Amino acid sequence: MSPQPVDALVIGAGPAGARAALRAQACGLDVLLVDENHDAGGQVWRPIPPGFARAPSGATSPEARDGDALRAELRRASVRCLFGHKLWNIGTNLRADLIGPEGSVSWQPRALIVATGTTERVVPFPGWTLPGVIGLAAATILLKSQNMLPGHRTVVAGAGPLLLAVATGILKAGGEVAAVLDLASPGDWLRTLPSLASRPDLLWQGLQWQARLRAAGVPVLYRHGIRSVEAAGSGLEVRTQRVDADGQPTVDATAPVFAADAVTVGHGLVPGTDITRLLRARHRYAVELGGWVAEADADGRTSVAGLYVAGDGAGIAGAAAAGAHGELAALACAHDLGRLDATTHARERDRLQSSWRRSARFGHAMGSLMALRDGAVAGIAPDTVVCRCEDVTRAEIDAAARDGARDMNQLKAWTRCGMGPCQGRSCGDVAGALLALHVGSREAAGCFTGRAPLRPVSLAEVAGEYTYADIPIPKAAPL
Amino acid sequence: MTKTSPSPSLSLRTDHAVRRGLAVRFVVDGQPVDAFEGESVAAALYAAGLRELRRSPRDGAPRGLFCMMGSCQECLVWVGTRKLPSCQLAVAAALEIETLSYREQRIG
Repeated sequence: MSPQPVDALVIGAGPAGARAALRAQACGLDVLLVDENHDAGGQVWRPIPPGFARAPSGATSPEARDGDALRAELRRASVRCLFGHKLWNIGTNLRADLIGPEGSVSWQPRALIVATGTTERVVPFPGWTLPGVIGLAAATILLKSQNMLPGHRTVVAGAGPLLLAVATGILKAGGEVAAVLDLASPGDWLRTLPSLASRPDLLWQGLQWQARLRAAGVPVLYRHGIRSVEAAGSGLEVRTQRVDADGQPTVDATAPVFAADAVTVGHGLVPGTDITRLLRARHRYAVELGGWVAEADADGRTSVAGLYVAGDGAGIAGAAAAGAHGELAALACAHDLGRLDATTHARERDRLQSSWRRSARFGHAMGSLMALRDGAVAGIAPDTVVCRCEDVTRAEIDAAARDGARDMNQLKAWTRCGMGPCQGRSCGDVAGALLALHVGSREAAGCFTGRAPLRPVSLAEVAGEYTYADIPIPKAAPL
Repeated sequence: MTKTSPSPSLSLRTDHAVRRGLAVRFVVDGQPVDAFEGESVAAALYAAGLRELRRSPRDGAPRGLFCMMGSCQECLVWVGTRKLPSCQLAVAAALEIETLSYREQRIG
């Protein structure tokens, strides 16, 4: 089962990956676009489930329209796509090992464009592991793709633009929002206004969202977070707390308590670096970009030859910027593979870079609202579970650090934090921030070394049709 | 599996923007669940009030869907011999799944 050759393999079919694939193909490269989902769009333009159809009478959101347009464009351009496949390993010379419905397949690309987007950060609080407490991104998927409410009466909490998007999404779908708890203050939001000048459409959307919440009488509590969630009867009881500008809880007995049947919470997005860490690319910590990111030039070239990054996975800049970033990576890739002359490359690149800068300005401002707040991490209660897979608490992380765990890999060996099936995707960012409190900086704490499998896979899946007779038996070494 | 949602009788499904797939019945832990073709299994179970999908390995604490995008692995279920995140699995008429705790009890 030798790997199939391809010029450029693009991982992730969100706006960055899809645009990268389209552009790379237009440059004459042989391209394969891979995604775990059943169609393109990523999380931001996530498709509706297979078998669903958009209601002819229903109002289509701008995201739905953008996503449908992108999917149509991929089909028109006949970009070769491999959906429903999960990438579990990158081997020698960027060989990609994937598992799909028909078993395992391997591809040998000359270049790899990684556009895997982000995962959501949730700063833990007691009760965040209860069923019915879900991420803001999860709520977005339920609302926009599955067309389901997260609950009949939902508390929406955390930081960043997803808060308002989810809260208004719930109202539009006929649900009730018990409260919106925002770590930011109105002043934090106002500071993003200059960046919105270039996107009056998004400014208008934000104002409409606010008006809708007001009209529905939803309490919006700025500088508030969740203190704890407890199961209460058949529902959930959400205790809130006031926080300071740093996200640190303040002593205040008057913070309200809400009854709900669901909680959706998120504290920003973290770039997905599983693949670039696995390939040992150089990384840097950039709080304004969401956390650890692969070091890359403006065209997405990393420190590993043939490896490119694009979109939010390379640093949070938003969906609008992601498309241009994907195209930039594709152009660089085509140029590096000798399929695009320097003059054409330079011309196209200048145009795309200025487009990227315009869009990224807004994305970076939203990113600043979602950046991890030190005080929120410092305020995590000791007995709170941080690593969901292995039930590792903050107290255990602190104890390991005091006992001498000096970086993330040592912390993992000490406590099993990050060793579970999610591979540290859920806890890694916050665990890193906790360890940094002991070792001085995020750089000193480092990040978990990337390991295969990138997604849990069974040995049977990996082995496929492999039989005993296929095992090469080397000749015995001469004595 | 026990129902853990407060009001499972009221639907969480909203149909102002889409026409759903065919109404189908799939099987969870030997029990039928009504859902629509193409829905993610995690979402269909959640909408049916089956919020607790497994117990955490160390504390035995209840867990359910969390990220909905195949990252957190909280919503793992058994499909035959494969353990898969149910948020990445589409509902189909013949589908039979088992929760992790149910299979553990069944097999012992």
